[in-house]
Amino acid sequence: MSFKLFRIMFSISAFTFGGGYIVIPMMRKHFIEDLNVLTESELLDIAAMAQSVPGAIAINISVLIGYKLNGIKGVIIALIASILPPLIILSIISKSYDLFIENEIILKALKGMEAAVGALIIELVVSMTQVLLKENSILIKLLAPLSFILILFTSINPIIIILTTVIVCLIQARVQA
Amino acid sequence: MNLLELFYTFFKIGMISIGGGYAILPIIQFQIVDSLKLITIEQYIHIITISQMTPGPLVVNTASFVGLQISGVMGAIVATLGSVISGVFLSIVLYKFFMKYRSLKSINHVLLGLRSTSIGLIAASAVTILLLSFYSNNQFSFTSLSLFVLSYILSMKIKKPLMVIFISGLLGIITYS
Repeated sequence: MSFKLFRIMFSISAFTFGGGYIVIPMMRKHFIEDLNVLTESELLDIAAMAQSVPGAIAINISVLIGYKLNGIKGVIIALIASILPPLIILSIISKSYDLFIENEIILKALKGMEAAVGALIIELVVSMTQVLLKENSILIKLLAPLSFILILFTSINPIIIILTTVIVCLIQARVQA
Repeated sequence: MNLLELFYTFFKIGMISIGGGYAILPIIQFQIVDSLKLITIEQYIHIITISQMTPGPLVVNTASFVGLQISGVMGAIVATLGSVISGVFLSIVLYKFFMKYRSLKSINHVLLGLRSTSIGLIAASAVTILLLSFYSNNQFSFTSLSLFVLSYILSMKIKKPLMVIFISGLLGIITYS
């Protein structure tokens, strides 16, 4: 299990282009569909928690899955596996990054991958929204579009949005009780 | 700057980077370029470009790169660990908290709320990625749009995110001018 965890986290990290969220569909494929050691809602919860704390979301998600599967040992394995690929690649590139930055083929490949990453994340959002719509509470359902709008169209710090979510949900839970 | 100071510098950066991505760039710039003068502005711009071209989260790539410049491989490791450690720690704390208290209605409600908010945040990041992808150099790229649509359709048919990214990357090399 330990080596498998390392291998999976390493390979996911090696292809985390276009921001951290792309790890979610990849985690879904490996841990839910292939290995069946995680459920869809567990992954959603982990993503939500990883989002609500500082640091890199991709690292937080992989560390939490490592924790769930294998405790602190899993955390260490996942952490090392996740930070190694960027480290290795950057060490290689830093010798000659001018060549790298200006390489036409790499640039075109990256543009293509960017479009794919966008598509995969939208696909993820669509499937998560379908799960969300099954919830009863209107407030819960509204939080997604509200935070979407706030992040895109205002300069409100994500921390504020997250804290507000917590407070508002606590209030609603108390009021309903 | 010794390793401990490097760790601490990136620990501070890691601590304030909630919500991920480009929001932390000004923070990094202020700390590393302006305040501590660890790298020049030209190097800084290079990092940003490279960070978007190499796998891994922005914070991790930046930390690794700067760490490499300052103290070689050890520096890269130390800076990277510093940047992610607070997130890793808080993620686990949060996870344990929710696992312990989720039977309480209020806590469960908060978790659902965080799930919803994170969907909104993730969707926002997808939109940002796509806008950047479709409108590079202030011109609309029909190729990018096509690759996006193709990737989306592909992602519904084949449940392998990596394959979709790979194919789109290849097509990017072929189709972009």
